[in-house]
Order: sequence, then structure tokens, then C-alpha cells
Amino acid sequence: MSKLVSSLKEAIIAAGLKDHMTISFHHHLRNGDYVLNMVLAKAAEMGIRDLNVNASSLFDVHEPVIGHIKNQVVTGLEVNYMGQKVGRAISEGILEKPVIFRSHGGRAGDMENGSAKVDIAFIAAPCADNMGNMSGKYGPSACGSLGYAFSDAMYADKVVVITDYLVPYPLQDCSIPEGYVDYVVCVDKIGDASRIVSGTTRITRDPVGLRIAWLASQVVKHSGYLKDGFSFQTGAGGASLAVAKYVEEMMEKEKITGSFCMGGITGYLVSMMEKGYFETILDVQCFDLSAVASIRENKRHREISASRYASPAAKSSAVDSLDVVILGATQADTDFHVNVHTDSNGNIMGGSGGHSDTAQGAKLSIVAAPLIRARLPLIADKVLCRSTPGETIDVIVTQRGIAVNPRNQELRETLVRAGLPVKDIQELKKIAEDMAGVPKEVACKGRTVAKVLYRDGTLLDTIQAKS
Amino acid sequence: MMRRTMLFLPGNAPNMLINGDVLGADSIIFDLEDAVAPDEKDAARILVRNTLKYQKPTACETIIRINPLDTQEWRADLEEVIPCRPDLIMPAKAGCGQDIKVVADYMAQIEEQAGIQVGSTGILPLVETVLGVEKAFEIASAHRRVAGLFLGGEDLTADLHCKRTKEGQEIFYARSRIVCAARACGLDAYDTPFTDVEDMQGLVKDSQLARSLGFSGKAVISPRHVETVNAVFSPAPEEIQYARDVVEAIEEGKRQGKGAVSLRGKMIDAPIVKRAMQILDMERQMMGGDFQ
Repeated sequence: MSKLVSSLKEAIIAAGLKDHMTISFHHHLRNGDYVLNMVLAKAAEMGIRDLNVNASSLFDVHEPVIGHIKNQVVTGLEVNYMGQKVGRAISEGILEKPVIFRSHGGRAGDMENGSAKVDIAFIAAPCADNMGNMSGKYGPSACGSLGYAFSDAMYADKVVVITDYLVPYPLQDCSIPEGYVDYVVCVDKIGDASRIVSGTTRITRDPVGLRIAWLASQVVKHSGYLKDGFSFQTGAGGASLAVAKYVEEMMEKEKITGSFCMGGITGYLVSMMEKGYFETILDVQCFDLSAVASIRENKRHREISASRYASPAAKSSAVDSLDVVILGATQADTDFHVNVHTDSNGNIMGGSGGHSDTAQGAKLSIVAAPLIRARLPLIADKVLCRSTPGETIDVIVTQRGIAVNPRNQELRETLVRAGLPVKDIQELKKIAEDMAGVPKEVACKGRTVAKVLYRDGTLLDTIQAKS
Repeated sequence: MMRRTMLFLPGNAPNMLINGDVLGADSIIFDLEDAVAPDEKDAARILVRNTLKYQKPTACETIIRINPLDTQEWRADLEEVIPCRPDLIMPAKAGCGQDIKVVADYMAQIEEQAGIQVGSTGILPLVETVLGVEKAFEIASAHRRVAGLFLGGEDLTADLHCKRTKEGQEIFYARSRIVCAARACGLDAYDTPFTDVEDMQGLVKDSQLARSLGFSGKAVISPRHVETVNAVFSPAPEEIQYARDVVEAIEEGKRQGKGAVSLRGKMIDAPIVKRAMQILDMERQMMGGDFQ
């Protein structure tokens, strides 16, 4: 027996793809992904219409989706994140049905509880055998963890594995096993390796970014969580990595050994584990080549599924055991709500990813962002889109001060006692407005183009078209 | 005025100009000289003027480095910035007392025209030529606006026809001369920046050397150097405690009507009291400023 079929078209036919179905994709190949475009192009060529696409994320490489929407090949989108190019088109109203935005954990949870039904999952696999055992750790398009693809494999009615690196059966070190897979197809290339992961991710050299990172690290220091067994998540951006660097320095000084770090994994977190600052890495996604090499070679670097990472439908997930998370924001408001979905003009350019998952799960959630970005104040009276509820955000750190959520009065007092520049969030807003002026209200009064679901599936906010 | 660190920021970098005051330095120097290309001088002047006008830092002192007197630029620099009330003007390549007088006179003209109290802006001469080093006392005593002396090591070594090294043997004389000249006038002296941004150990060593020679602070060219230099030029906790004990012992002596006071078996004389007061003054400024 072999599940190997000779072409993508054959796989599509065998899996039974028809009009009105929901198909799914993961985003581990990031901006180097060829698979989503490849499948949609083939479906269009075969005359299939009215597809609902559930992709864990859409990047700018997926711009051809816009054409498929215009041609009615795609009539529905469900994502956790959407890059600027597709986002702009959605904000202009090209898709009749509102896009469904979920968080990474919410997507896994909704697949588990049946709210997000998938007919066929097309899973890009950097390495697979003819029965569908697959891994992201090997092959020319290696991406490391395949964390977001587990739910697709487990809950879709049919699963098609698409690989460009077919190995003899059995692929010994597989991530997702053959039991979930229906068909395997081998293509020339599943992605552009140079865009799948970064060569290296670097700590910012921007002094303002470093100042923000240093202040965020001081919040961590004085929070009481920085002790043996500490668990930590930070992003892959230069300023987030700078927080990791300062945290590492404090762990070295105080001889602290942490428990785990997780999230999007970079070489910096790998080096922290290798130096003994963390016992293990729980990896749902790799961001650079060092992380890919580490997950392949180091047994303490563990691949986890999106469900184990953050699913609210699971009996527990790793975010529930997380001490501290460092998060970004494009906008925040005086109620501490955070927007990571839209830009200052109200156009879609992002999404929750794990933002709202970790904010709710972690004991301490810190948003670190510049007070003024592109001449606009970070803090508004009301965010354009509520991506993460303010009640799950503990602290907002900017270069001009730290605002602590009034719900966490004890932490506020601790930080004041430590001599940190704690300011009321209204005061921070005023400082920014004194410098940059009060921005004009953005008019997004058109029809609803997206619905933002919270991780438990409830409606958090909607995004309106520009006109 | 405590100036442990004076951070250079390019006058043509808006993001740095508006955020300079959050980087922990006691003073920030908006540079209109070397950091700005000749064809951007006018744009930088306007940016610095507007920063001073609309977003003048409140948490630290602002110093403007203007172009040298042998250029066409320095007058325009002053015309643009003086009406916006920077704390200090730093004339580059100050070579003699007359240079300071020329700058001070022109500043007075602008202040008068702008309706600002004449003399309200100080001068921090940048001594970076061999002539300037030899005339350091003359420069320091040239005008009541002079607030201290700042040594520039890079141009100086070019003028000395020698190589600038991390050890700094080649500027040892200049350092000592500048400190003596400044102190003789009751002023502070500030040391040249350490230019290797990555070498933090070298920075510590260089800063410690400067402090040991009598400098009150040091310029830095990278925000990453601020914390280290601040630490070197800040009194240690035990120094602060000793200073407090000295002041307490003196006050107790006064209450008891004692002429001579001793602490831990040693007589406390006037220089010890003066030093203690200086340290406590620094501590007050450190506590009162923005969080470092």
C-alpha cells in the first residue's frame, strides 16, 4: 500500500474536493510558502468555486488569494493572522463574507470542539514518507516545528500531505504520524527556503527599543516571578529579544534556572537553553535557522502542537503554566485593550497569533511598545480593534513610562517602590499627544469585513471596511 | 549640575532627538558639527530648533554642539537655537579665550534680539586642539558663561600627529591639563568619549581612569554606554553613607560646641566636609532626576 499519488490534481480529486468545502493550511513556511497558492491555483483550474479557506496565517506571499476571491474561487477566510497585502484588500471590502479571525489557541480549540470544521487539510511537509509520516525538521524547506498543523491533521475529514523531500518509509523522527494522513504528493518545491526562516534574528540596536526592553526586564525582575522554575515567552522581534537578553543577564547574576520558554523560537532562546537558563523549549514555531537546527538535534527542544500551546478546549495547555509573556501592540487604549489587527488607518495588517492566548494564560503579561510610532501615539481612548481584552494585560511599557493595569494594584505599588517610572495610562497618553498631537478619528464605517473571535470562540470585536 | 554622562545625538536624526531624554544621560548634546554632513547642516539646525521649541527635554540638560569658528556655519547655528533656550552651547575646536568671547558676544546679540536675559545660556568649550589644551585656563576663565571644559580626544590626537589608542597614553597630558585648568577656575572637566561601542570592559577602564584623574563625567557616543559611565561617575553606596556620617558628625559637633570633630578615629577637616557635601548633592540629583 502507498498513499503516494502522482500529482496535486490527483490528490485533490482523490480527496474529493468540491465546491463549498473548507480547506485548511498551516503557515510554518511563512513568507516562503508555495503550497497554499499551488492548491488554490489548481482548484481554480479545475473549476472549483466557493471554497472556505482556513489558513493559520496568510502572508504577503499569499497575495494571489485576492485574485481567487475576485473570481469566487475563495468566498470565505478563517485566519489567525493576515499580512498587509491581503489585509488591505479585505479592508477594501473584496470579500463579501466577513473574515473570521481566531487566536492560535482558539483555532486549535475550535477544530477540537467542532466549531471550525475542515473538509480537507493540505499540509505542507518539509519531509515525508509515502505513508504520510511527516516532519518539519528535515529537507530543503525545513521549518522546524509543525505545531500549527497538528490540529488540521487530526480533525480534517481528509488530509493531503504535500512535500518536496520524500524519504523512504518509515520517516523515523516524524512529527505527525501516518495515521491521520490520506494522500501524499511530492512536488518540485513547497517553498522558498530563504523566506521560510530568517538566517539569524538579531537583538535591536535601536536605543529606544533597548530602553523599552530594559524597562520591561525591570518589570519582570520586580514582579516576583523571576526565580528558579521561571517560564517565559517573548517574540522574535529585535526589541523582544532585547528583553530576553536583559532577563538572561539577571538570571546569570542571580543564578536562576528557568523551567521553559516557548512561542516563536529564535536562536537567542536556544542559546539561553543551551547555557542552562531554561530546562526546555516548548516550540510551536521556529523563526530562524538556529532554532530549526536545535529542534532537530536537541532533545530538550520539544515540538508542541498549537493545542498543547494554547487551546482553551484542552484540559490544560502550556500558556496556563506560563509566568511571563512579552507582547507587542500596534495600538492600546486607556482600558488596556490591545490592537494587533489593524494599522493606524484601520486597515487589516496582522492578527492575534498567540497574543490573546498568552495574555490570558500568563501570570504576567507585559506589552512593550514605543509610545509614538510613525508619528502616532500608541495609546488611544479606544482601540480601532480589540484584539486582546484589557483585563488580561497587566502592564504597558513604553520608553517614557510604565502603565500598570489598575486591576493589579499590588504590582503597581511594587514597581513604584522599585523606583521604576510608573505612570497612569492617561498620563502616558497625554505625553504622547503633547508630542505628536491628537490623531484624527479614523472613519471605518463601512460594512463588517472581519469578525475577531476571542480564544473561547466568543465575538471580541468586528472590523469595518474603510467606507 | 551633575553631568556624569553627556550623550551625543546627531542633529539630523528626528527619532533620536525626540527620544534623547529617555536614554538615561544627564545631558544630551544635539550635534550640528561632525555628525551632520555639510549639505544637511540647515536641515539639522531646523530639526534641533524645533525639538527645543516644541519638545525640549525636561528630564535632562540640553547642549548644542555648534560648528567651529573657522566655518560659515556657527553663526547660523546660534541664530537658530539660542532663541529656543538650550542650556549650553558647545563651541567645537575652542582654541583660545578670544574664541569664547566671540561666541559669547554673538550669543548676547541674539539673546537681546530675542528678548532673552543676556547670559542665560552657558558655554561648554570643546577643547580638541593642541592650542586649546595649552590655553585651557585662558578658555576656562574667558567668560562667566563658561560652565566647564570638555576634552575631545579624537581631533586632538590628529593635531598631535599620533594615534588614538584605547589606553589613552597619548592624551594623558591633555586630560590632566584640562582638569587642572577647569578646577583652577572652580569648574568641572568632562572627558572625551570612548569610541569602541562594543568594548564594554574598555569603557569601564577608560571611565575609571578619567574619574581618577578628576573628571566629573564623560561624553558618550552610544546610548549603550550611558548606564556604565553613569555607574562609574556615581558615588558608591559606601561613599554616600560615609558622606552622610561626615555631615551628621559635623552637625553633632556643632550641637556640642566642639571645634574639632572626628569620625572613626580620624579628624574631619574642611576638604572632607566639602567632598561629603558634593557627594550628597550628587545623590540628591540622582534621586531627583528621571529614572536611570
